[in-house]
Amino acid sequence: MSVSTTGPDPVGISGPLHGVAVLDEGGRRGADGGPGGRRGPGRSPRRAGRQGRRDGPAGRRVLSRLTPYLFVAAAVGLLLLLTYLPAANMLWYSITDWNGLGPVENVVGLDNYVEVFTNPRILSVFGVSLYYFVGAFIQMALALYFATLLSFSTRFSNFFRGVIFFPYLINGVAIGFVFLYLFQPGGTLDTVLGWFGMTDPPQWLGDADIANYSLAGTSVWRYTGLNFVLFLGAIQSIPNDLYEAAELDGANRWQQFTNIIFPGIRRIIGLSFILAVSGSLSVFEIPFIMTGGANGTATFVIQTLQTAFSYRQVGLASAMAVVLLGIVLVVTWIQRKLFPDEKVDLT
Amino acid sequence: MASRKAIVGLAAVAAATLLLTSCTASGSGDGGDSGEVEGDITFLTNRTDLQTDGTWDEYIAEFQKEYPDVNVKVEAITNYEDDVTTRLSTPNGYGDVLLIPNSVTPSQYPDFFEALGDADDLADTYRFLAPKTVDGVQYGIALGGNANGVLYNTEVFADAGVTETPATEEDFLAALEAVKGTGAVPLYTNYKDGWPLGGQWTNIVGAVSGDPDAQTAMAHDEEPWTEGTDIYALDSLLFDAVHEGLTEEDPLTTNWEQSKGDFATGKIGSMVLGSWAISQFQAAAEDAGVSKDVVGFMPFPTNVGGQQYATIAGDYYLGVNKNSSHTAAAKAWLDWLIEESGFTDTQGMISAVKSAALPENLGTLEESGVELVELSPAPAGEESLFSDTADLSQVDVWGNIYRQKLIDIARGEADGDKDSYFAQLNEQWGSAVSELAG
Repeated sequence: MSVSTTGPDPVGISGPLHGVAVLDEGGRRGADGGPGGRRGPGRSPRRAGRQGRRDGPAGRRVLSRLTPYLFVAAAVGLLLLLTYLPAANMLWYSITDWNGLGPVENVVGLDNYVEVFTNPRILSVFGVSLYYFVGAFIQMALALYFATLLSFSTRFSNFFRGVIFFPYLINGVAIGFVFLYLFQPGGTLDTVLGWFGMTDPPQWLGDADIANYSLAGTSVWRYTGLNFVLFLGAIQSIPNDLYEAAELDGANRWQQFTNIIFPGIRRIIGLSFILAVSGSLSVFEIPFIMTGGANGTATFVIQTLQTAFSYRQVGLASAMAVVLLGIVLVVTWIQRKLFPDEKVDLT
Repeated sequence: MASRKAIVGLAAVAAATLLLTSCTASGSGDGGDSGEVEGDITFLTNRTDLQTDGTWDEYIAEFQKEYPDVNVKVEAITNYEDDVTTRLSTPNGYGDVLLIPNSVTPSQYPDFFEALGDADDLADTYRFLAPKTVDGVQYGIALGGNANGVLYNTEVFADAGVTETPATEEDFLAALEAVKGTGAVPLYTNYKDGWPLGGQWTNIVGAVSGDPDAQTAMAHDEEPWTEGTDIYALDSLLFDAVHEGLTEEDPLTTNWEQSKGDFATGKIGSMVLGSWAISQFQAAAEDAGVSKDVVGFMPFPTNVGGQQYATIAGDYYLGVNKNSSHTAAAKAWLDWLIEESGFTDTQGMISAVKSAALPENLGTLEESGVELVELSPAPAGEESLFSDTADLSQVDVWGNIYRQKLIDIARGEADGDKDSYFAQLNEQWGSAVSELAG
């Protein structure tokens, strides 16, 4: 039976192979002494069975072709179950007036979307995203600065890398509480400022003009580490001989940065930019924990949450979520159009 | 063949999905309910503290003396509202006896809960039936009830020279002003935690006018934030107090747990809360080494021709899962909890049983001639109207969002003033009223 598995018989033609197979069959039939002869050999069920077995190698080939899909199936299955199914549900809810409990009662068509775009109270909160958007640029600049600095051999560079990345490892809720105490009147921040003679600090969260800066600052503190690690990894993937060559040519650090490092990690910067934009549109954790969206710090996601669970308008909230998804996609698309993914050639 | 395998694979995924989603739903249904008082029942409660200190176990032991065939399993849930709301979507996922989550609107009660009887019949025995009555059928009975009003620190008020509890808004604001002179925060809003700005205030609707139909009237009023209504009186007082600097300096950093201790030690003068809070504040006072007499309770500072009112209302309501397999046992446990457990006595709450006496901590209210008002049921078909109007208008009278905004405006951190904000509230509420009630 194993004849045809590895195929290439020294003879090099398929004829003998076939012949061997037939021989084999004949032999078996003989051994069985079965009634195979009575029927046409091709139609005999037993032969069909054997045919199947003879297909074994071919089946294994199919199996081996399927293997990658089987591996993927588990992941795709979970993805479908936990991401796409709920997302499809959300699309469905967004055209109903479901209140979150019991059966869906009315399909209202596009009314929810009309409401999202015509009610100024809903879209106006995107203004808050601007604080985080600007914050994201500061964050990327800081991260790039530190990543460049620490990519050169600096004393204690591993220690500083750890220090900068650490905030990202703390979970967002904990950060929210830590900064809540930091910003309290008479809290840590006020005490430290007091040492420097600033005796009349503002209410960091209570003053509506300042609250969003405080929150965006917290966000910068948290996510700089992530950007930093991304940039650092990209910088270190640039081949060392480029720096050596540059040094031989007498390039200083700044020239190395503008001519080697920056173009070398442009892709990662582009990626960070997309993450920054979509991140600043969908800020949630930090303001939700620290202010609950009060005092003019509500972001679009917080407002969506309130619509769904405080006002029990799950239909409208789903429409808001779909709109947010759409906006993020559009922004990403524009960004890709404006800054196409150029091939980078460092040599 | 490849495609067949793929289809088989997909089918397997789909089957697994179905299995995952349906396994909880396919549990035992109504079947097997013998009608006898026996079997295992599960009781969902928010009182984790009573789980820890063994109170529930004591109750169960007592209960089993009477009904030895019933086993009660208590599930105490910290994040009760959210968790149980989620669990409601699986027929047997929410126990047999439970506190009805506030997220369920009255019109949905028949979908989730067993009818407990005819409301008219039960009315002879029980108070607080109205909120859980739909079409004359009762779906829940209050485990206990509260009066709504203002908690105040008697010593702080005495130090400030306030000897009589204020009975008008002006007197109250003047009293707060005097309290401010002692260095305490006169009125603590608990802005950051939020929930003390919701139901704790809105439950008072009805006490200002002494009208048990005030909520229903508000659900029909296109401009309820107009002088003379209950909600106007409440929000106006809050606005004025904040505006005149009589509340905490930085509301964004308030802290409920801490506020109990601060109240006991005289750093806080007053808070608008239900009487349920009295026992917690007394405990905080004793923890701080202060006499528990510092915790005073007064009705909301208004009067109608000299008569003061305080609303009383049920706290969480007990209901029975419609899909329970042991309905009789579940009802027995529910009745026993309400009538015989003595829960309300130990908790300082008003018993749902009419014949029971008022708790000690509310005795002073009756002595000072305050009349207790219990809201009357909404007309048939309008049981959900008030909360539906709040949802549609996005003026969350049971939540904190719009009152936080009100406070922001009052302290000058958001645009607008009292009139413009009340006009905006009227507009939002009014358009919802004209859509739902009009």
